[in-house]
This record gives sequence, structure tokens and C-alpha cells, in this order.
Amino acid sequence: MAELQFREAIRAAIDEEMAQDEGIFVMGEEVAEYDGAYKVTEGLLDKYGPKRMIDTPISELGFAGIGIGAAMNGLRPIVEFMTFNFAVLAADQIINHASKVRYMTGGQVEVPIVFRGPNASAGQLSATHSVAYDAMYAHFPGLKVIYTSEPEDAKGLLKSAIRDDNPVLFMESEQMYGLKGEVSEEEDFTIPIGKGKVKREGSDVTVVAHGKMYHVAKQAAQQLAKEDVEVEIIDPRTVKPLDIEMIVKSIKKTNRCVIVDESHPFGGLAGEVGYLIQREAFDYLDAPVQRVTLPDTSAPFAKNLFDEWLPSANEVIDAVNTVTYRK
Amino acid sequence: MAKNKKETQEQIQFTPSGTGIRTNGQIVRSTELPSPTKKKHKSLGLSEEDVVDMFHQMYLQRRFEERAMQMYQKGKFGGFLHLYMGQEAISTGTVYALNDDDDIITAYRDHGWGLVRGVSPKEGMAELYGKVTGCSRGKGGSMHFANVEEHFWGGHGIVGGHIPLGSGIAFANKYKQNDRVTACFLGDGAVDQGVLHEVLNMSQNWGLPCIYAVENNGYAMGTAVHRHSVGEIYERAHGYGMKNAVINGMDVFTVYEKMKEIAEDVRENSMPWFIEIRTYRYRGHSMSDPMKYRTKEELKEYEKLDPIERIKNYLLDNDILEQDEIDEIQDTVEDTVMEAIDFAEESDFPEKDDLYKDVFVEDDYPFHT
Amino acid sequence: MAVKVEMPKLSDTMEEGVIAKWNVEEGDEVESGDIIAEVETDKATMEVEVFDDGTILKILVDEGDAVPLGQLMAVIGEEGEDISDILEEAASGGEKETSETDGEEDTSEKTDKKESTDTSAEKAEEKSTVTSDDGRLKASPLARKMAEEKGITLSNVEGSGPQGRIIKRDIESYEPSAVPAAATVSREDKEHRVSQMRKTIARRLSESKFNNPHFYETISIDMQPVWDARKQINEKSDTKISFNDIVVKACAAALRKHPEINSSWHGDKIVEHGDVNVAVAVAIEEGLVTPVINNTDQKGLQQIGQETRDLAEKARERKLQPEQMEGSTFTVSNLGMFGIEEFTAIINPPNACILAVGAIKEVPVVEDGEVVPGKRMKVTLSSDHRIVDGAMAAQFLSTLKQMLESPLAMLL
Repeated sequence: MAELQFREAIRAAIDEEMAQDEGIFVMGEEVAEYDGAYKVTEGLLDKYGPKRMIDTPISELGFAGIGIGAAMNGLRPIVEFMTFNFAVLAADQIINHASKVRYMTGGQVEVPIVFRGPNASAGQLSATHSVAYDAMYAHFPGLKVIYTSEPEDAKGLLKSAIRDDNPVLFMESEQMYGLKGEVSEEEDFTIPIGKGKVKREGSDVTVVAHGKMYHVAKQAAQQLAKEDVEVEIIDPRTVKPLDIEMIVKSIKKTNRCVIVDESHPFGGLAGEVGYLIQREAFDYLDAPVQRVTLPDTSAPFAKNLFDEWLPSANEVIDAVNTVTYRK
Repeated sequence: MAKNKKETQEQIQFTPSGTGIRTNGQIVRSTELPSPTKKKHKSLGLSEEDVVDMFHQMYLQRRFEERAMQMYQKGKFGGFLHLYMGQEAISTGTVYALNDDDDIITAYRDHGWGLVRGVSPKEGMAELYGKVTGCSRGKGGSMHFANVEEHFWGGHGIVGGHIPLGSGIAFANKYKQNDRVTACFLGDGAVDQGVLHEVLNMSQNWGLPCIYAVENNGYAMGTAVHRHSVGEIYERAHGYGMKNAVINGMDVFTVYEKMKEIAEDVRENSMPWFIEIRTYRYRGHSMSDPMKYRTKEELKEYEKLDPIERIKNYLLDNDILEQDEIDEIQDTVEDTVMEAIDFAEESDFPEKDDLYKDVFVEDDYPFHT
Repeated sequence: MAVKVEMPKLSDTMEEGVIAKWNVEEGDEVESGDIIAEVETDKATMEVEVFDDGTILKILVDEGDAVPLGQLMAVIGEEGEDISDILEEAASGGEKETSETDGEEDTSEKTDKKESTDTSAEKAEEKSTVTSDDGRLKASPLARKMAEEKGITLSNVEGSGPQGRIIKRDIESYEPSAVPAAATVSREDKEHRVSQMRKTIARRLSESKFNNPHFYETISIDMQPVWDARKQINEKSDTKISFNDIVVKACAAALRKHPEINSSWHGDKIVEHGDVNVAVAVAIEEGLVTPVINNTDQKGLQQIGQETRDLAEKARERKLQPEQMEGSTFTVSNLGMFGIEEFTAIINPPNACILAVGAIKEVPVVEDGEVVPGKRMKVTLSSDHRIVDGAMAAQFLSTLKQMLESPLAMLL
């Protein structure tokens, strides 16, 4: 095991894959000469040169589409968005082309592309820079969506994403790039797409949390443990395809569930997981499933409002108290 | 139209009206055709067989679509049906000019392109019918003919959506240094899409081996070109310092000649071109278009310039074929198309399981329920 | 080869077109691509094009006519060609080309499926004595499932969740009491009727046997007086009465005198029931049911006999209503007809006791130093020790014995 920052884990994944496949290149704003807006791709220009490390203009729609075309024609692009908030400009290319071109041509093409970058909020960046897009993209058939919470997951899953022959959206967080964690040094370490992980074992309540929210759930669990409430945390890691089996298995044990999701309430992962739980584990629930999400408002700037807006450990504790009938 | 005084409230008009171009004070035209080439087939490097085959190909595209239109009107299949009739010189001239492994991508008016790039009439008609024997296995329909094996990357349904895909295909060719040229065809309507400008900028900046070819058929759906786009289309290239040209698209020799020159330049220098090929769409935008936006006279004017009549006359005037030989080719094409209809009608629809096929590459993807 | 020109589909939504204008007449030559007519659709005036060369041999519809999609409008062919077949077919409303598209909107009305209610929930609610704001019994799905598995009647459980919702911990900590609850329910489940019934029996009787501390007392009763009395009654009356009817009546009378036997356990209190409702165990094919004769003490032998027979018949026909098996305060189980001399029965909750009645046997008895033939019947009372003590049970049995041995005593 080695201790790596999140950004280093992502870089290691890109570096290892680029080293073994000439067809892999990175394209995006500030990825090459600037060393990456968040220093994820630092040093890769020196190592792989300007043919494979490509600085683009601020043209998300255009370069996302060029990436897709290149993938159709046999390359394996890693398209970096400075944030998925900017990828909204490229949504036509991701949703209408990357996800559908194989289907529409009856299987004549493959689109082995990875779109990656930070997702959701990163402090007081205001309304347009603070949205979680994982559930939105997960809605569309033909796309795989990953949003990891820890360096090891990021490394193992990004390597799998780069090797996958389908379009994959790989989401990170500006606020997690500096996060350190133990990463396996196993030769060619990968994690399969679509498999969650039990991040903490407990018998009283299942908390489902992914991405940045995993850390909020973890804080809440540590707090609750002092009161003898043992929280089981499931991190799906992959949003689509979703490892619902793991979640259901945990609920059959704990009979209660809280979903923590940094999306707005309508149509987010929380709503979807909640639906699946009532379908798959109806007879095992001792309480209605609760969710902790953003409110149905855009991100405010003011610090006090922003803190109110973002899901907190206390909200998770309250939700756990509700489903365990403690308060 | 520069206005030099402030209009009154009643005079305000945003979108210009009319079709913009008037010639000889009488006929109102949506586009002005540049002169066609004066060269004969020999000096263009084409054999007599090539010319006969060009005619054959163009007539097949025309007849295929006429019968498709008839079958659509009989209610044999649904969906959209955007007809290419009138523009066959562009697909045919281009495919003759390019190498077989050069890449072609286009928008949703794609039947002609598919047929001339290896989609058999049977596969094409079956695709219109949504049958599993179609070129896209019944999953794409009229707008999504494709034959990727022969470097035809398909028709695409979102206006302008395929422009970056063509650029990406060109990007990969440059990356791999394989000398292939990409020809990305779009309509005049797509010129107004923002993505074109992002892509032209990158393409010029990165030296992508790509020809951006606008098939200007005079109308973006029902809006004449001068009502939706300022200036001349090919002039858009000036802003990016991109090589450009404007070409007569009603003459297959002209398209062939220019495309060959341009493709070789792209292959040589790995720099993109932006070209406007002027043509005319004989039918409506799609099948439910009553075509109120243009005059009968304009249509007749362009029908006199029909690219198929033109090449037919060339064959007769140059004693390459006799009338009975022309008739024979036409009869053969008619039989081919009727066989294609029979084939389409007799073919099976896709299996229910095909619904989940080719969403992902793997067969065992755990679909959400 | 004649070609049929049919009303084309000129818009996605068009169902018929009105001929606005014919551009050709019969006898005109046409070429593929010619516009032969103009048609008004629901959206616009559209042109009708032909796709074949030939002569217009026949025009079948006039300007102004509304023509449905696919109907024959004209025939094109070679001059002089015989097209009578086509015309006949058209005249007889010949086969229309059927549309293969599925673009048509499905106008078939969708009827809303009535949601089928969850019968087990209904049952739970029927017998619910727990009321919340809206009078519904609330239990988490898990609590319902656990209660079913453990054989706990949900309505006996007090919910500690929001609005009195019964939750997992309530089931886990539940101590069965003897709240008046439903007697067995024969669930009308065709596929698993037998097993459902057995399940219910197993559940209720296990619950009773394991949760209620049983003890047993047996007494032998001289049935000669009843034997004689029954004989007299049955000679005079249309409705025959059975020994069991008499035992039931005697129990009811004895219960009036011993209300402590006619009671139920409520955890922190014992309820002595005002009414005497004796249930009679009836064996049916799938198991055992206990229909109730309400206010048994106030009914005559004939009525008791009639009701017992009706209920038994209903039980065998599976027509017993749940309410006919509810509210018993005491149960009689008789296996005498099978020659069983004596046995012990399991208490039928929420009763305090059950009487197991054996066969009337001819036995030698000693009277005044003589061995004489006598008729004896052994009854065994099973009692719930939480409610009834040994002496109380003994006193009840003693009263019952007195009444059966001097039937007139029942009238007192």
C-alpha cells in the first residue's frame, strides 16, 4: 500500500494506462502546459509530449465531439472537463452522440472514451459551478457513470474506465484532490465498474453515500458510534450501473436506510435508490427510507447560506435518528 | 440590408423576407450557382466506364428515393424521410474523387451517401422499413444509414451534431498518420450552429485533415438561406483563415474535379478546407412539407439543371451510350429497387431482445429496471 | 401491368384527403414524377405524384371528394389494358393495403387497473383494536412480516413508533396476552388452502400451548340421567339433540356460576366476560375450527343443537364467516364419537379453559356394594394457570358434574 493524494491516484491511473496503450491521449482545457487546472495531469506533457497531451480552447462542445469522433475512429481519448458544470455545454455531444451512435448504427462503432473532471460543489463558487451531474448522465442509456470518494477507488476505477469500450463519465471533486488515502500497489490494480463497497460495517442502519458525500456520512457514523449506533456505509462508487444488490443485502441486515446525495431532491440518485429499495426490500424495512440531499434551490454564495445548503453530518445523524426511531 | 434610418414601430422586421437573390428581375432564386467545369471526362482522368457508372449510381439514388417516397405514402413505414433528390451529383462526385478509405460523415439527408458508399439498395430499403436486415439493423432508420466498414460513418439526426465527430475522425487519422482524408458534409442550416465555429477554430489551429463541405440546397427546412445566414456561407472560412471554395453542385464532373484537388491538398498539407457546394433540393425538407416557401418557377428552373439529366445527355452527346442502353440501365435500376422493396417487406423486424443490443459493447451489461 | 394510384399518406397525422384538383383526365399520358392531383390534408394542400409511366385509364374519385388513406383514386396502365379486376376489387371495398407502421397513436382506452388491496393487511385491520388518528392499524412491513412468522396478532401489539406504528422492536418485545382477539380465520386461498389452515392452527395452538401455562384436571361423570333425559326429549321433539348439545348447555350454566373460568388474560388485568359464548370444536377435512354459539347460557337445548349443526355444516362447506368464530369465552372439544375415552385439549385463545369430552362408556360401577352396568363419561379441563388455579378449576368441574348428573339443575 502507498499513501497517495486523490489527484496522484488519478494521475497514476492515466499514466499507467497511457504507458501501455499508444491510442490513449488526454485532451482538455489546461491539461498540458499548465499541468492541469488541479495539477492532476502534472508532468504528463513532459512524459508523453504534445501529441498525446492536448490543450484545447474553451470549447467544451467542440472538443467533446472531437474526442467522440476520435474514439469512433480507433483512439481512446480521455477528455478532461475543468468541471462537469462546464460539460453542460457539451451535453449534446455526450447525450446525443457518445451514448447513441453505437445503437443507431446497429453496432457498427464503438466509443471507448472517458470524460472526466470534478463534479458538484467546491465551496462558495455560486450557482453555476456547484451542480452534481452524475444522476443526470446516469439517466441516459449507453453511458456509464462513476463518482468515487477515495484515492484507491479512483485509481482502480479510472483504469477500468479507460479500458472500457463504452463511453464512461468519471467524476471527481475539487475538494477531494488533496485527500490522502492508502492505494494498493498491486501490479495492475483495477476495480470493476458497477461494484460498490461496504466502507464501514454496522448493524443498525445502512447509509448509502458516494463521492464527496461519503465523507459526510463517515463523519456522521463516527459521531453515532459514540451513541452506540452502528452505521453501515455502502459506497456504490459507480452510479450506473448501480450495485443495488449490495445495498439491498445491507438493508436486509439493518432494516433501515438513509441515502446521502449531493444532488437536488428531484430525480437524483437518492430518489432512484429509494425506489429500488422499496421494490427489492419492502418486507425488510422498519422505517421509511430517508434521504439527505441538497435543497431544491441553486447554490447560494453567502457562507452561512452555503453551509445550510450543503448536506452535513448533522443532517445525516438526524435522518439516522428518524429511521431508527431514536428521536 | 443596411438600414440607414430608424424604422417606425410598424416597419420593424427582424428576419428578412423573400429569398434574397433575384436574377434577370424575374426568377427568384435561393442560391446562385457558380459555373460548372468545362473539362471532359478524359481530361478529368475518368474513363467512359466511370461516367456510365456515375450515371448508374446517381440514377439508383434517385429511383431508390422515388420508390421510398411512394412506399412511405402507402404507409409502409413511419418516421422521417428526408429526400436527397437533386443533390446526387455531390455524393457521387465526392465518392469518385476520394479514396475508398477516406472517411465520409453526413447529416440526416443520407440515403444517397449510403447507397454510393456501399449500402446495398436492399440494406437501405430494409433500414427504411425498420427491418433487422437493414444497414443499421433496423435501429437507425432513414436518418441513420451507415457503413462504417467502408468508411461511411453515417447520417446523424442532430443538426450540426456530427461536425465535431467528423473532426474527431480526422483527428484520429492525423494521430495515426494514416493519410486518410475526412469529408464532413453538412447542410446550410447547420452553418448557424455554434459547434461549427468551435470546431473550425480547433481544426485550423490543430491542422486537421478534414474537408468541411456545406451542401447549400437553398433552404434550412423552409427558411431560405439568406433569411437565416448573413453573407455568403463559404466566407465564414475567412474568419478562421481556412482555405475555402464555392462549387457548383449540380454537375457531377465539377464536384469530382474540385473534391479531388481539395482532397489531395488536405492529404499533402494536413490543413482543413471549408467549402460551399451549391445545389438544390427538389423535394420538401421532409415528407410533410407543403413547400409553400418557394415558387414553382424556382423549382422548374433548377429541374432544368438536373444533374442526372445532365450526365445522361453527356453520355448521349459524347456517343458513350445509346438511348436504348440508357433505358436498359434505368430498367435494371428499377428492377433493383423493386427487389429491394420486396426484400424489405419480406425481411423480419428485429427480435424483441434487440432492444437491448448494442447499447453497450458487452453482452452482459446489467440493465436498470 | 396496371398500377393502382391510392390516396397517399402526405402527412404523419392524415387519415383522409380531399381532392382539391385533378391535373389529369382519363386517357392522359403521365410520366413518373408527374403531379396528377392536389389533395388537401389536415395540414396543407399537397401534391400527388405518380411513380410510374403510363396512361390514366380510370379516375375513380371526383374533385371535392374526401378519400380515406389507401383508397383507390386512379388506375394507370397501357392503353386498352383490361383493368376490370382492379375496378371490381375496388367496388367491393377490396383489401386495403394495411399499414405496417406503428406511428399511429394508440387510441385504445386504457382502463385503470384497480389496485388489489393487500388481504393480509385488510384482515389485520378488520380485527384491529389499536386505533391511530385515522383508525388504521399501522405497522412497518418488517413488523408485519415478523408478526406473521411468530404467529402474533398485530392488533394485540402496542405500537411505539410515530402515530402508534408497530415496528420491529415492538414485535421483538411482545409478550402475548389474552386480549379478545379473533378466533381462527379460514383464509380463502385456493392454492394453499390446506397449508394456510394448518399454518393458522399450528401458529395459534403453538402460541397457546407455549405461552399459556396449561394444567389439566379430569373428572368422571355419570351420564345415565342425561341418557334417559335425552331419550325422552328426542322422542317428543322434531329436532334431535346430541349429548354434546347437553354438555355445551351444562358448561354454559356452570360458567354462569363460575365467572372466573369465563375470563381472559390481559397482562395487567383479568377480564371476566359478561357474556357466556361457548365455542364448539368442529373437525373438518383441513383441520379444526371453533364456531361460537353466542350467549349459550340464554339458549335452549334445541337452539344450541340447531346452531351447532348449522355451524358444523357451514364449517365443512367452508362457509364460516370470521365473526362466527370470534368472541368465544370457553370451548368444548368432543372426541367421544371416535370412542376416545379421555384426552387433553389445547386452550383456544383467548379462553381461559377448554373442556375435552370423551366417549360415554358402559362400565361396571359399584352401587350399594353391587357391580352394576353404568354409563360414564370422562371430561378433562385444560386451564390457563395465569387465570385459573387448581381449586377454581375443580369447583367448576364439580358444578358441571352436578348439572349433568341432575339435568334439572341446569334450569336453576
